[in-house]
Amino acid sequence: MTQEGWSRKDLVGIADLSPQEIQLILDTAESFREVSERPIKKVPTLRGKTVVNLFFEPSTRTRSSFEIAEKRLSADSLNFSSSSSSLSKGESLIDTALNLQAMAPDLIVIRHSHPGVPHMLAARLPSGVINAGDGAHEHPTQALLDALTIVQHRGRLEGLKVSIVGDIEHSRVVRSNIYLLNKMGAEVTLAGPRTMMPVEVEKLGVKTVYTLGEAIEGADVIMMLRVQLERQSRMAFPSTREYFNLFGLTRERLKPAKRGVIIMHPGPMNRGVEIASDVADGPYSVILEQVANGVAVRMAVLYLLAGALQEAE
Amino acid sequence: MSGEFKLKKNVLSEQQMARILRRMAGEILEHNGGVEGLMLVGIRTRGVPLAEGLAAEIERSEGHEVPIGVLDITLYRDDLSVIAPQPVVKETRLPGPVEDQTLVLCDDVLYTGRTIRAALDALTDYGRPKTVQLAVLVDRGHRELPIQADFVGRKIASDPDEVVEVRFVATDGEDKVMIMEPE
Repeated sequence: MTQEGWSRKDLVGIADLSPQEIQLILDTAESFREVSERPIKKVPTLRGKTVVNLFFEPSTRTRSSFEIAEKRLSADSLNFSSSSSSLSKGESLIDTALNLQAMAPDLIVIRHSHPGVPHMLAARLPSGVINAGDGAHEHPTQALLDALTIVQHRGRLEGLKVSIVGDIEHSRVVRSNIYLLNKMGAEVTLAGPRTMMPVEVEKLGVKTVYTLGEAIEGADVIMMLRVQLERQSRMAFPSTREYFNLFGLTRERLKPAKRGVIIMHPGPMNRGVEIASDVADGPYSVILEQVANGVAVRMAVLYLLAGALQEAE
Repeated sequence: MSGEFKLKKNVLSEQQMARILRRMAGEILEHNGGVEGLMLVGIRTRGVPLAEGLAAEIERSEGHEVPIGVLDITLYRDDLSVIAPQPVVKETRLPGPVEDQTLVLCDDVLYTGRTIRAALDALTDYGRPKTVQLAVLVDRGHRELPIQADFVGRKIASDPDEVVEVRFVATDGEDKVMIMEPE
């Protein structure tokens, strides 16, 4: 095994990756970006490989991003979503997985509302498993595409100050990002209303602040999280207008920000709730680049995992 | 590469390589009647310094710069299911559209021909060049596909268990070609 090689069959989270493995995925993704800029956006690399996209929770962008990545690598892909299959007919998760396994897919991309489901499948099935979001636990490819976007703009991760603002408690994006940024030597600050901040989150090695101003000050990267309006029944804040007044990112609020700051958002955005339109579409926003990088990162992960599977055979 | 290899024979010295590059550059110009529409494409890794060396010689004799591209063929290999772990994917960079261009693929060693097969597939995905020619510094025989080079630096006889090691100043600090045999 060479030092820079990849040997994992699954990508279930950032938590167990080494900085070298993270770097390898980012370097590979950087090379794959070029494929999406060609007139013919397809390479034959995963010809004959089958990838199952198993989505137990609704998702448009993550699923289509994986699908595009699979198609650009010439893999055959198959979509199962909870609304259109036996997933909603009471079949147990393990039975669904065993049935899929009988069709011998090479890779399974899974999103589920319960944390740990991808880990369980990874341990039981010979196929490679990619976590596309498990509850509020991890969403590794999102953290990787965020990192790729930051590196493209700032040239590195080490020593950067990254502020993550919003509904920290319910975001799976946050946890994966904290793991990744800490491993790569960046400093993470979390900001949001106290009602949205998990207790003892500092134990993950981050700073917490409770005003947007403190989060903006000195930050190289500001990552705005989506306010999950569908969870607003919890009454974490009185009204979306009040949220916008306190934590909404506006041009005015950005004035004291560091030169060259970049604004990120994992999407989908609520304009006028966590971010003002003129910031979302403004010169510091790299939100659409994040989407493009998502495809490159997912191609890189599919490519690396497919190789590790071959090794195991 | 597993196991240890030791030097069997020095094949080309720095001076010999310089002369060969000059001759190959001349052949490429003669064959194509000048530099019009010419693009040199080096296959990663050691096809790139070969392309650069040839481009420098062409520029010296014609006074015109020749565009150089870099091709990474990893995604087109036919042995991805055999080798592990996955080779590291690097970027492909072509200086412009390949439509109607005369492409000269450059690689250090021509052996089974499988690299060149992959390179031709990769190029096809970038467009339709007018012609594609092949320049190699060393042809060591043992082809597994019907592929031949248009411009050859030196033909050498080698056994399949030997390794032909090509070194360039740009990648390895010296210009040199050696045959290595298993210890």
